[in-house]
Amino acid sequence: MKFHTNSTFLYILAICVIVFVLAQSFFFLIRAYRRGKEIGIDKVKLKKTILSTAVFTIAPAISILIGVVTLSKFLGIPLPWIRMSVIGAITYELPAATSTANALGISLSETITNPKIYSAIAWVMTLGILPSIVLPPILMKKIQGGMIKIKQKDSKWGDLFMTSMFLGMISAFLGMVFADVRSGIAGWIPIFVLLCSAAIMGVCGLLIKKCNMKWLETYALAISMLGAMIFAIIITPVIG
Amino acid sequence: MNDYLKTTDRYGKIWIWTAVVVVCMVPVAICLYYNAWPEATAVLKGLLGVAPIYWTVGVIEVITYTPMLGVGGTYLAFVTGNLTSLKAPSALNAMENAEVKPGTEEGEVISTIAIATSSIVTTLVLAVGVCILTILAPILDSPVLKPAFDNILPALFGGLAVVYVSKNWKLAMAPLIFMIALFLLVPSLAGSVGILVPVGVIIALVAARIMYKRGIV
Repeated sequence: MKFHTNSTFLYILAICVIVFVLAQSFFFLIRAYRRGKEIGIDKVKLKKTILSTAVFTIAPAISILIGVVTLSKFLGIPLPWIRMSVIGAITYELPAATSTANALGISLSETITNPKIYSAIAWVMTLGILPSIVLPPILMKKIQGGMIKIKQKDSKWGDLFMTSMFLGMISAFLGMVFADVRSGIAGWIPIFVLLCSAAIMGVCGLLIKKCNMKWLETYALAISMLGAMIFAIIITPVIG
Repeated sequence: MNDYLKTTDRYGKIWIWTAVVVVCMVPVAICLYYNAWPEATAVLKGLLGVAPIYWTVGVIEVITYTPMLGVGGTYLAFVTGNLTSLKAPSALNAMENAEVKPGTEEGEVISTIAIATSSIVTTLVLAVGVCILTILAPILDSPVLKPAFDNILPALFGGLAVVYVSKNWKLAMAPLIFMIALFLLVPSLAGSVGILVPVGVIIALVAARIMYKRGIV
């Protein structure tokens, strides 16, 4: 069979995987929505959660699409499309492809034409990230059991425990923004973007509270993120 | 676990093990269709470059994110990927907006809805994007838009932090100061932020425990 990185067969493979991901997502969405109604969560609140998350997801999803574009230059479209729809992230897929290419002594500057090299990259991308998908079912009971124990023992500490976990995650990303400040004024751009996003969110918060614009809650994170991204486009040529 | 969580766990396991098979079938299908089995040494050499770090990150991420995302959210988020840059922030934002606490059944429901919605939208954006990639690629590749996507994480976490940190500023101080100092001292760590999330979590937990015991929070 003649190999091509954008062959119909690879596209069919990609569509099968995408259908599976959509089926799983819809399954959990419908189950959680029904359960939400059963335990008395307001229908409006549930719908608002869906709308708010959908709007907020569009910009990061486009960023993931850029990952597909990057990888497609040497892997074609179907494989990056599969990888970025299941488990993957560009931060992993690119090093995985590069590592295999280096091991095989080839360059990733042009499209791969050898099916054996292509399949080797596909295997490394798959096996290199397998623990992320194999471990949740193995560890779930232990982790959830531990969380329930903490909550039952002391519910206030249980709440603080959860809040602290999220704050730990946010802190790591906030800290990362400061990584380039020593490289000069251009290194401050991420901080300015962060502050811009925080300021827009602050304004949204004020409008929601003081002007009773409750509807804004649904879009506040998406607005602050997009506003800050536009701000980055404006300030980068000026500062950078 | 209550009945809902137990059945979610059961269904989650079925879905995730099926996902393992689906994911592994992709390279198998490529090899079979093109009769192109790679040399084991090539795969092992390639794996050597990524597996030590990503297997470690995988273990750490499962332990770190499972309590935050809940049962359904975890089974879904680990299959659909982009955990730190999308799924965890969307779950947190949704729980905050819905005024429910993580770790409760309400939190479980809202987190699952957010992660499922986020996965569906991402999958659809990618599908539409791939269909019109020839038109989109030059736009997405354009140098004008590059700064916007280069700064997507600060743009996302700035908005998220202002809500969460301002509400819990005492708990946020220790991990925040530590992380800022760490990245200022060792800027090259920016590429390994995924590994540093659990470090931030541990520091936040230790500081929270001390403050809780002393009645500060």
